[in-house]
Amino acid sequence: MARLNLGSKSPFRTATLWLIWGWLLIFALLPNILVIAVSFLTRDSSAFISLPFSIDSYVRMIDPLYFEVFLHSLWMASITTVICLLLGYPFAWLVSKAKVRWQPLLMMMLILPFWTNSLVRTYALKLLFANNGLINKLLLTIGVIDTPIDILYTQGAVIAGLTYLLFPFMVLPLYAVFTDLRNDMLLASQDLGASRRQTFRHVVLPLTTPGMISGVLLVLLPAMGMFYVADILGGSRNLLVGNIIKNQFLDARDWPFGAAASVLLTLAMAVLLLAYRASSRRIGKTDFNEVA
Amino acid sequence: MTQSPSNTHKAAEALDTVLLQLTGLKKTYDQTEVLKDINLDIKHGEFLTLLGPSGCGKTTLLRLIAGFEQPNAGAIYLDGVQMAGLSADKRPVNTVFQQYALFPHMTVAQNVAYGLTLKKIPKDEIQTRVREMLAMVQLEHLANRKPQDLSGGQQQRVAIARAVINRPKILLLDEPLSALDHKLRLQMQSELKRLQRELGITFVFVTHDQEEALSMSDRIAVMKDGRFQQIGTPIEIYETPANLFTAKFIGETNLFRAEVKGVYADQPDRDGQVTNGRIEVEVCEAQAQDGPTTLRNLRRPDFANDVQVGDIVNLLLRPEDLRIYDPNDNAHAGLLGRVIESNYKGSTLDSIIELANGHIIKASEFFDEDDPSFDYKLNEAVKVSWVDGWEWVLPDDCSIDHSTANSNEHQGMSVQKDVS
Repeated sequence: MARLNLGSKSPFRTATLWLIWGWLLIFALLPNILVIAVSFLTRDSSAFISLPFSIDSYVRMIDPLYFEVFLHSLWMASITTVICLLLGYPFAWLVSKAKVRWQPLLMMMLILPFWTNSLVRTYALKLLFANNGLINKLLLTIGVIDTPIDILYTQGAVIAGLTYLLFPFMVLPLYAVFTDLRNDMLLASQDLGASRRQTFRHVVLPLTTPGMISGVLLVLLPAMGMFYVADILGGSRNLLVGNIIKNQFLDARDWPFGAAASVLLTLAMAVLLLAYRASSRRIGKTDFNEVA
Repeated sequence: MTQSPSNTHKAAEALDTVLLQLTGLKKTYDQTEVLKDINLDIKHGEFLTLLGPSGCGKTTLLRLIAGFEQPNAGAIYLDGVQMAGLSADKRPVNTVFQQYALFPHMTVAQNVAYGLTLKKIPKDEIQTRVREMLAMVQLEHLANRKPQDLSGGQQQRVAIARAVINRPKILLLDEPLSALDHKLRLQMQSELKRLQRELGITFVFVTHDQEEALSMSDRIAVMKDGRFQQIGTPIEIYETPANLFTAKFIGETNLFRAEVKGVYADQPDRDGQVTNGRIEVEVCEAQAQDGPTTLRNLRRPDFANDVQVGDIVNLLLRPEDLRIYDPNDNAHAGLLGRVIESNYKGSTLDSIIELANGHIIKASEFFDEDDPSFDYKLNEAVKVSWVDGWEWVLPDDCSIDHSTANSNEHQGMSVQKDVS
């Protein structure tokens, strides 16, 4: 990491530091504190929130109804993550092994869809998945099926949508660890008598674990929060935690409960971050900036 | 595949028997011939260095021996067994990598144990051998550290221990000292020599540093453009280089062009004794004012049969071979010049002298204890000469000044000559 050595007395340095700290304070720390604070308040029909403090919102989350939604949401997000990982791992490996001049182009193609709003892309998926959509028409034409199959408003549609939207977030950190993986490590392992499989197990896998955890972080939690995917593709049965939060804030007007659900998601994120730190330290990295 | 200690001992005794035989090796990348017809025998227990400028193919040759690459043609016999076609994990050969390539997620001890763990050797045997190995490289106290917490020299020793613990028949070292600073490099040089002696393992060492090659090797193979230029002991390479490339690549060199004035073959005299043949040359740098004494009688070189009167030959003289005299000293013949730089080096005085025709040469003289004022003034006029017989005569090789296309042919010949 390049370090600007401007000296501790430099006014530019002081100003920059204050600006960064101020920015983080106002736009990162303060909102989070507000959300946590709100989660401990009581619902109010006119002012949204009011005193007294209570842990009522957290207690209500143990309600089997919400718990079930949470579990179902976690299930769909997990499947999404596993699919992203299984596809993204070999994908990132292949890209990192491609000729160096092709690599930027390949990564560019991966990132290209970001230029279109994800909401728009989700609607595009809806057109594909619909009963009279492209997929059903194609299957009917080639005679695999006689009647249109239900794709839209199923759990599968939600998972497909989440996978499509979040796949690049899995590939990017994996690509980073694969490009860091020096070829002479693999040669050294082979030289010391390891078969390809043994080299993968003892060298490649441990050295790419931080990338996997990082990718899981970037896919699993956003997947639980992307309510519009569930809204557009999932129908009423396939809710995500994001839908609950959105519903509490916009429809049910229960801000404390929505805040509590969101705090839980943040906590889950924190747990995964700690796991990432631990695995990074294991392979001797002290720079944890890759996640951010 | 594992050798018992007694075998290692036997291998050390069996010096002079061939361990690794390379015949007709060729390697091509994208239609570029990186190695062209490599032939080399490496003996048991030998410390052989592949020396050459970057891009000469020395690292590629090492990778062929290791099994990371397969040759396009030729054979690699290790103890009589063909290795070409086998992948690296199936060869009883281990490598120390340039950047060490230690596994950052394993401790020093785990790194060293890696090869044995893969072979499913019992845990307690692994422990004993790892401890022994770490003791040998003096790193026992760091067994549980991660490699990235170690200094460069320590990492280097872990890399050697990790390779050597598998008791390879050959240890390959790919510029292992290039990442270390000068002082540490000298220290590791002698440590590597010590390890090689103690282990009795054959070392094949790749470097572009000629000093390193001279001080460490039993034999040096000088490479250029995918071919061997010369294979020989450090003394042979330094004193009797096979061609101008080797002469210029190894050590500091002064070259004098000389015109052949006479060629005399070996002649038996009356008693049946053979008078060694000689050639008579006149150094081209000689100027009118140097006097007529610049005609010199030299030992007849090997290539004398191809030399005719009027041909040009090169006289190679190392800086320490030169003698510097007073310009008015008529007892010695020599070339006139002036001192343009003089550097005190502790044990020697290194001078740069410009000859009358502009040719720059280097001379290195040992201090004379009896003459404490021994030094040159800038621009001091001097006469440069040498003891007849100290020069090494080389044919006028066009490879240095002209295109490389025909030089390969030329050098191919000199290699053949050297091998036979």
